[in-house]
Amino acid sequence: MMQTGIRPYYPDYSTVPVERQINPYADNGGSVVAIAGKDFVVIGADTRLSSGFSIYTRNQNKLFPLSETTVLGCSGCWCDTLTLTRILKSRMQMYHQEHNKNMSTTAAAQMLSTMLYYKRFFPYYISNILVGLDNEGKGCVYSYDPVGHCEKATYRAGGSAGALLQPLLDNQIGQKNLQKPSQEDLTQEKALSTLKDVFISAAERDIYTGDSVLIKIITKDGTKEETFDLRRD
Amino acid sequence: MFRNQYDSDVTVWSPQGRLHQVEYAMEAVNLGSATVGLKSASHAVIIALKRASSELSAYQKKIIQIDDHIGITISGLTADARILSRYMRNECLNYKYSMDSYMPLNRLINILGIKMQHCTQRYDRRPFGVGLLVAGYDDDAGAHIYQTCPSANFYDCKAMSIGARSQSARTYLEKKLDELPSMALEDLIKHGLRALRDTLPPEVDLTTKNVSIGYVGKGTSFKILEEEETAPFLALIEGEERRGGSGGGGGAVEGAADPLRESGDEGGAPNRGDPVPQVAMDTTE
Amino acid sequence: MFNSTHSAPPPFWSNGPAPGAFYNFPGTVAPVTNPITHTQSPVTTSTSIVSITYDKGVLIAGDLLASYGSLARYKNCPRVIEINPNIIMGAGGDYADFQYVKSFIEQKIIDEDCLDDGLKMKPKSLYCWLTRIMYQRRSKLDPFWNNLVVGGIQDGVPFLGTVDKLGTAYTDKVICTGYGAHIALPVLRDALDKKPNLNLNEAKQLIKKCMEVLFYRDARSYPKYQLGMIDVDEGVKIEGPISVEENWNIAYMT
Repeated sequence: MMQTGIRPYYPDYSTVPVERQINPYADNGGSVVAIAGKDFVVIGADTRLSSGFSIYTRNQNKLFPLSETTVLGCSGCWCDTLTLTRILKSRMQMYHQEHNKNMSTTAAAQMLSTMLYYKRFFPYYISNILVGLDNEGKGCVYSYDPVGHCEKATYRAGGSAGALLQPLLDNQIGQKNLQKPSQEDLTQEKALSTLKDVFISAAERDIYTGDSVLIKIITKDGTKEETFDLRRD
Repeated sequence: MFRNQYDSDVTVWSPQGRLHQVEYAMEAVNLGSATVGLKSASHAVIIALKRASSELSAYQKKIIQIDDHIGITISGLTADARILSRYMRNECLNYKYSMDSYMPLNRLINILGIKMQHCTQRYDRRPFGVGLLVAGYDDDAGAHIYQTCPSANFYDCKAMSIGARSQSARTYLEKKLDELPSMALEDLIKHGLRALRDTLPPEVDLTTKNVSIGYVGKGTSFKILEEEETAPFLALIEGEERRGGSGGGGGAVEGAADPLRESGDEGGAPNRGDPVPQVAMDTTE
Repeated sequence: MFNSTHSAPPPFWSNGPAPGAFYNFPGTVAPVTNPITHTQSPVTTSTSIVSITYDKGVLIAGDLLASYGSLARYKNCPRVIEINPNIIMGAGGDYADFQYVKSFIEQKIIDEDCLDDGLKMKPKSLYCWLTRIMYQRRSKLDPFWNNLVVGGIQDGVPFLGTVDKLGTAYTDKVICTGYGAHIALPVLRDALDKKPNLNLNEAKQLIKKCMEVLFYRDARSYPKYQLGMIDVDEGVKIEGPISVEENWNIAYMT
């Protein structure tokens, strides 16, 4: 009979179960809204970084330009956001050096999905919204879940007020449940004013959204930036 | 065929204290087409002469971007250069990832030197058969041109040229040395092109096809000009009278066919005028 | 030992590996039978860090107490330090972790000095590097239990940033950690709203006020503190121990 009870000792391997306890995630709030049109796309994110009832800072940029025509908006666990976007920045540069061209928005969207799924069993707890112009110059919006499910849309709200704002966008931008839906294309002005309106609404109801909104408007002529104040309480 | 009793392995010393394999590797640099690097106080420029191996093939790329603030131009074995450039790109990316700032050029050159030195001291390796001119701009240290050799030596240069028949380019640059620091970018490129043109035989001239220009400077990321983009600069020096002579000293193009090239340990100094193969492990800076 | 019944075969060989198992050297019996444990809560802790930028630099203050739970255990624990002529740093949380973090930052600075190229790390670089380190440790679920506050001069401009044990990092003009985030931060933000560009003296007065309020309200605080200062013109100074001006007149026995 073999002896049992004495555990073999392999100095280089952990042979015992490891107990883990701390919570590696934090909810740092924040909301991102993106609306695409025929030849433009707008994305806005609030600038409040918070944890529970504490506001860490009122001036945190959550929009990350990946290329001339692509911007990523992130909200959720801030430390994951920092890491993901740093890696993304490197990956964009590597792509540029290997292919001698900038990554297209569609390629960046696919890469982000792959990078998120790579961490499937220890995910980045981020709700990502990636926007940009596709190869035809059309605005496009991609939204993600934390493990890399990717969906293309024309408008999307994400983050702490995402669930609050999406139905509003469905109605205002998607023209859902309207008696007489408009047949005209969405204009940049309408998209921008809707975006500001929904953030005002979010700041009223969501304590993790507020302070101000940073907006980026991407067109074939480049990216314009705008800020817009929200309530600070 | 051994030219020497002591050149069968990089790790073998000759009784004169030389590493012949390393010195042979130095010669690989002279086989590549010429390339020129020069700098002012605010800009660093590299200009390369591209070659096409046949009528059917494209011109071989000679300038490689490493990061926003660094670019290199190569002479020697292109495949080896790709390994080195990949390494340099990687190091720059990693540095930027963890430190959120550009890798200081002198540190990059330092670790590159360490990597290249390894192969000159191990029996299972061979030295990199490529020389680099590295152009970079640091906010702290300003513009720099570094030269690296297969012997793993590197030099911080005011201006430099490597590759076939590069001696004439160096001669040209030496004359302009005092004017360089205060030069504008356009003038730097002009002088770089003139230096490069001096390496050409009289019947050949610089064209948009065979020249590429790279520059970096204060407030400008490293940029490579190819084809049509080089035309405005080539136009600036077009029609000028070229200096006499066909390149002051041959590189390996003539040298390779020269049976007298090998001087050997016994032979003492090379009996040709030039080029003198640099002593591989020259530590006198 | 073996072969108490005839049904079991004799051993393969003694002291050798069991069939299908790794060889186990004799005498190496597993010394640990418990699971590997990581820092799941801090032990010897220090409290808030209070910091602010002013027109020409950054101030970082932290008291000298390291507590053992509610026990005021060590009363001379400096935790505002100079990193190099560009950077100062303050730390709250587990004091042992801080000492370890401090030691490897110092090693990095020494390594850099050994390169002898005259380059000195800048605060943004240290801040980013610490963020990566804190994030890596949290990803191993074995975090350094600290709030680190990095202050310095980045190319002539004051810089102030913080990293927590998860790697959550941000920069701002005022940063307070721990209890100070609740008590001192509103005071400082209010002052900055009223006058966005403070001078050194005003900033110092504010810090003094905050350390005073914190001493009255934070049960884990201590009336002696250090004040780290980095200034565009004056460079780095770590002042202290500075005493809080206590006034207990309003507290009387009935």
